[in-house]
Amino acid sequence: MTGVSTGVVDEAVAYLNDPLSWTGPDGILELGREHLALTAVAVVVAAAVALPVGAWLGHGRRGGGVTVWLTNASRAVPTLGIILLLATAGLFGDGATVVAAALFAVPVLLVNTYEGVRGADPSARDAAVGLGMPGHQVLTRVELPLATGLVAAGVRTAVVQVSATVPLAALAGGGGLGQIIALGMGTQRYGQVLAGGVLVAVLALVLDGVFAVVQRVVTPAPLRAARR
Amino acid sequence: MVSTAAADNPWFSWSYVTGNADVLWARTTEHALLTVEAVAIAAVVAIPLGLLASRVRWLAGPLLGAAAILYTVPSLALFAILAPVMGIGREPVLLGLVLYALLVILRNTVAGLDGVDPAAVDAARGVGHGSFQVLTRVRLPNALPSIVAGLRLATVTTVALVTVGVVVGYGGLGQLMFQGFRNNFYRAEILTATLACVLLALVLDLVLWAAGRLLTPWLRGRSA
Repeated sequence: MTGVSTGVVDEAVAYLNDPLSWTGPDGILELGREHLALTAVAVVVAAAVALPVGAWLGHGRRGGGVTVWLTNASRAVPTLGIILLLATAGLFGDGATVVAAALFAVPVLLVNTYEGVRGADPSARDAAVGLGMPGHQVLTRVELPLATGLVAAGVRTAVVQVSATVPLAALAGGGGLGQIIALGMGTQRYGQVLAGGVLVAVLALVLDGVFAVVQRVVTPAPLRAARR
Repeated sequence: MVSTAAADNPWFSWSYVTGNADVLWARTTEHALLTVEAVAIAAVVAIPLGLLASRVRWLAGPLLGAAAILYTVPSLALFAILAPVMGIGREPVLLGLVLYALLVILRNTVAGLDGVDPAAVDAARGVGHGSFQVLTRVRLPNALPSIVAGLRLATVTTVALVTVGVVVGYGGLGQLMFQGFRNNFYRAEILTATLACVLLALVLDLVLWAAGRLLTPWLRGRSA
């Protein structure tokens, strides 16, 4: 039993140490670059939909029930099922990957933007209205700046979540680092599966760390202490 | 006008459901048992850890941090790391699901215990309760709604995550989704399995909600 395990670990180490695993069109570097590109596109698409809608709903203090319901309901929907259904609808590979990943990133971004804008200090909002600011200026100059911390937290969660969804799409022919896992399972090279799992995990943890720093930098200093 | 290609491969068909009722039921049961077992094990580990963290304050940070790191690792990656070491099949999926459910339950247990009204704890001490009695009669019952909320969230998330187990050959209803995909894009099979998965999450969530209400009779009448 232990002999088998160490064999697999040795294989994984050998795979990661082989320069040929890293270079070439199906190498780790190229797949990693593809993984990051797919993640970026999916998050940008989701943000383009969720941020304006969330800001508008939060500004009007409407639709809170719907955003919360959407977030909870999206947790119950199996991502794999949606990816496979998109594939059978004719949307293959990278297209399906981006659409499915973006779909599941929308609720996170929506709820954080909504809560951030809606939760802006009412006295700051009243002051802005008292100064004679029209509604859209109250949103862009007061509510949105006060919401940056929560929006950034939503972006961080969305990035990590999307980078975790992208490898699932490899099961339906999508690109990215998930291909290493899918190919390893298909050919029963479990060392490669282990190596692929470690690569995907490391990427998610690094992205989480990077965006934790981004979140801290973009959050205005007076809001930091209040959040934690 | 429906094209013949679409007619040959409908999104949903009752004949698929009735013709494959036994397979659907078997996969749903497998899916449900795996979910319940994973959440139960996670609760047995996370609730005592939450109690410990609320008592020994400096432990709370490292415990929650470690659980958060495990939670950040993508499910597919976690299964791909566990399966080669533990062998293909049920065990790596179960362990992976337990590791995921830990964070939500631990976080809600700690939050629930921290949120207990200090005046209630003082009153219990004042009438002569020891720390064990304060725990079982005041702190735990007051933290129960938060713990139940954690169990519900963990259960719903776990139901969806089980499908990812297909990558190591044990994904409950996910097996049907993937089989339908490989079997010339059999849409009815994929959609039925997806709907069954959502339905299962809904049913388990309702059961836990009802159990939570039964366990906290004093909260009835208030909106939860």
